[in-house]
Amino acid sequence: MQLNQFLLLSAFLFCTGVYGVLARRNGVLVLMSVELMLNAVNINLVAFSAFNHGVSGQVFALFVITIAAAEVGVGLAIVLLIYRNLRSPDLDQVDQLKG
Amino acid sequence: MLDYAWIIVFLPALSFVVILLFGKKLPRHGSEIGIAAVGASFVLACIAVVQWISRVENASESGGFKALGKGFLAKAGAHEVVVKPVVHSVTWWQNGGMKIGAGTQIDGLAVVLLLVVTLVSLLVHIYSTAYMHGDRRFTYFFAALSLFTASMLLLVVADNTLQLLVGWELVGLCSFMLIGHWWEEGVNSDAALKAFFTTRTGDIGLMIGVIVTFFAAGQTFNIVSINEAALAGNGGHAIWLGAAVCLLVGIIGKSGQFPLHTWLPDAMAGPTPVSALIHAATMVVAGVYLGARMYGVFWQGFSIHAGGVNAMALIGGVTIIIGALLAFVQDDIKKVLAYSTISQLGYMVMGLGVGAWTAAVFHLFTHAFFKALLFLAAGSISHSGSHHSFDMKRDMGGLRKYMPITFATFMIGSAALAGLPPFAGFFSKDEIIATAGHSGYTTFLYIGLVGAFLTAAYMTRAVYYTFFGEFRGHGEPHESPPAITIPLVVLAVMSVLTGWLNATVIHVEKFQQWFEPRFAFPTDVVHPSFEWGMAGIAVLVALAGVGVAYEYYWRGVGHGATERNPLARAGYTFLLNKYYLDDLYERVIVAGIKGPIARAAYWTNQNVIDAVVNGVGKGAVVVGRFTYDVIDQQVVDGAVNGVAEASGETGGLLRYMQSGRVQWYAAILFMAVAVLSLALIVFS
Repeated sequence: MQLNQFLLLSAFLFCTGVYGVLARRNGVLVLMSVELMLNAVNINLVAFSAFNHGVSGQVFALFVITIAAAEVGVGLAIVLLIYRNLRSPDLDQVDQLKG
Repeated sequence: MLDYAWIIVFLPALSFVVILLFGKKLPRHGSEIGIAAVGASFVLACIAVVQWISRVENASESGGFKALGKGFLAKAGAHEVVVKPVVHSVTWWQNGGMKIGAGTQIDGLAVVLLLVVTLVSLLVHIYSTAYMHGDRRFTYFFAALSLFTASMLLLVVADNTLQLLVGWELVGLCSFMLIGHWWEEGVNSDAALKAFFTTRTGDIGLMIGVIVTFFAAGQTFNIVSINEAALAGNGGHAIWLGAAVCLLVGIIGKSGQFPLHTWLPDAMAGPTPVSALIHAATMVVAGVYLGARMYGVFWQGFSIHAGGVNAMALIGGVTIIIGALLAFVQDDIKKVLAYSTISQLGYMVMGLGVGAWTAAVFHLFTHAFFKALLFLAAGSISHSGSHHSFDMKRDMGGLRKYMPITFATFMIGSAALAGLPPFAGFFSKDEIIATAGHSGYTTFLYIGLVGAFLTAAYMTRAVYYTFFGEFRGHGEPHESPPAITIPLVVLAVMSVLTGWLNATVIHVEKFQQWFEPRFAFPTDVVHPSFEWGMAGIAVLVALAGVGVAYEYYWRGVGHGATERNPLARAGYTFLLNKYYLDDLYERVIVAGIKGPIARAAYWTNQNVIDAVVNGVGKGAVVVGRFTYDVIDQQVVDGAVNGVAEASGETGGLLRYMQSGRVQWYAAILFMAVAVLSLALIVFS
């Protein structure tokens, strides 16, 4: 298998994530899109690591997964509080900091 | 007692405080405290006199100069024993290296004054219990009397000029309080103010004099040091002349000398005991005391030993005559006595001026008794004889039948004042006149004789109007209570006896031997021996005064001269208006100050001083306006506003970015990352 194939898959996943973050209005879906982008990065890290015969990339991937889990925890808590306050998960309505 | 003389001063001062605090609650309203304190001071003063005399006598014997006992020989001795004053001093306050002391300096002069002040004050206190009975400010009156006595004693024992000045001013303050005791009547408070301000005029001279002597004597306020420096002539004659003139101005103000004597007759507005105290023992004698105390300064400054004429003798001589003449036209018995005091003070000042130190102080001593006697007798008359009036012509006359004790004592006092032997005034006055003749002051010899003639004549007039003829008042005159007559008798006895202390006629010169300083004192003071011729002339002159007055008032010889003779009438009017001195002071000097001078001062104030002030103000306004308009408004405010506007504009532009929409932020983030990535690819 060639490295390009992994990179293409990763780029596709990342673009899907960016689209989800920018276009979806539901906070949960935005979080899920962020996860997609993180996992695209993970694919890159593992792929480069395997093709260079090293393990440091895979260790980075493990760190990213751990951080992502924590990030989802915090993110879901924020979304829950937003829902509780606004009765809606819609991120467009969270504009109280408008200048 | 010489070492603890401060107690004599302290007791009346303590009495003042105690009377003020507790006087009203006591059964006799504070008078008992005043009498007790002054009485104790009097006893202590007597002890001090006795101790001083023994000190002098022992010093004489240890010096091996027994002849002092026959005092008339003592003047020949150049080897006189030095008797130093007893000085005790504590540091009152300190300024840098300069220590200002407060203390007592006890010598012959001081003990004489202590005795006179405490005795007269004690008798006045006793007298006042009856005279002031029922007065609405009885307690206050006694408190003020105590303070008055304490102030005078403080002045007397002073060992430095500053303490003397403090006592001097306190005496002036107390006399102000007491002259204005019945201040409800405007006349009385005016008189008090007049006394205060007139003496203050003289006080300026005293203050300058104190400063001049301080520097002339090498930066010291110590009286002995000043006298020594003056007698040695340190720093030249001129500075001592200046000091003497300044101090003389103080004496003129305090002792009622011409031309500042006008306050003394008005001071009669006070209660009679106060008049007695002011005229006999305190206040006016303070001036003469200053002259005697600082005698070295006057001796050097006025070159008294040289004879001829000097300012001090001249002032005294003029005062003798003008005071005596004014006494002739007064109907108020107290004013007659007041002018007589002025005249007698003139004798004392003239005595100091012609070098008759001992005679002047001796006259102060005897005069204190007979003048206190005369005033208290006048008070007795008004208290019991004339219904509180002092007008001799309207409310008195023929009182000798009703008030025998007052009459007898008044006659003794008058004889003493007139200088008839053997009463006290004869000896002291005669010595002043005799010394004037011996020291080369012939002019003042004649002035003294003329004064003696006038004194005898006006006292005869006063006696005639008061005690002889028919009673012109109303009601039933009667003798005064014992509290009034006992002081009169005591003073009458003193008026007879004290003269013999220095009766040169029988070679008794105890006063001179005991009380004349023998330290820091001119060595060439003249003590003339007794001369029958001079004394005879003086007595004849006095008798002539009595005779002329007798002829005029009893027998009516020469009556109506003022109606017939225009010259006599003009003289009478002139005297009646007190030489127009009051008019001069009030209409010319005071009105001058009030009128044109005040207007000129106002004009200067408005046009010169205000112009300067306004100019400065306007300049400040212009500068301020410029600062405000240009610097403050444009530069400072411009900078501040510029910063604020810049921030505002920037903020206004940047606020569009703060949409508050999370995804918009994320889009910017991604775009930025994309741009950066592109840049990375392009530029690497």
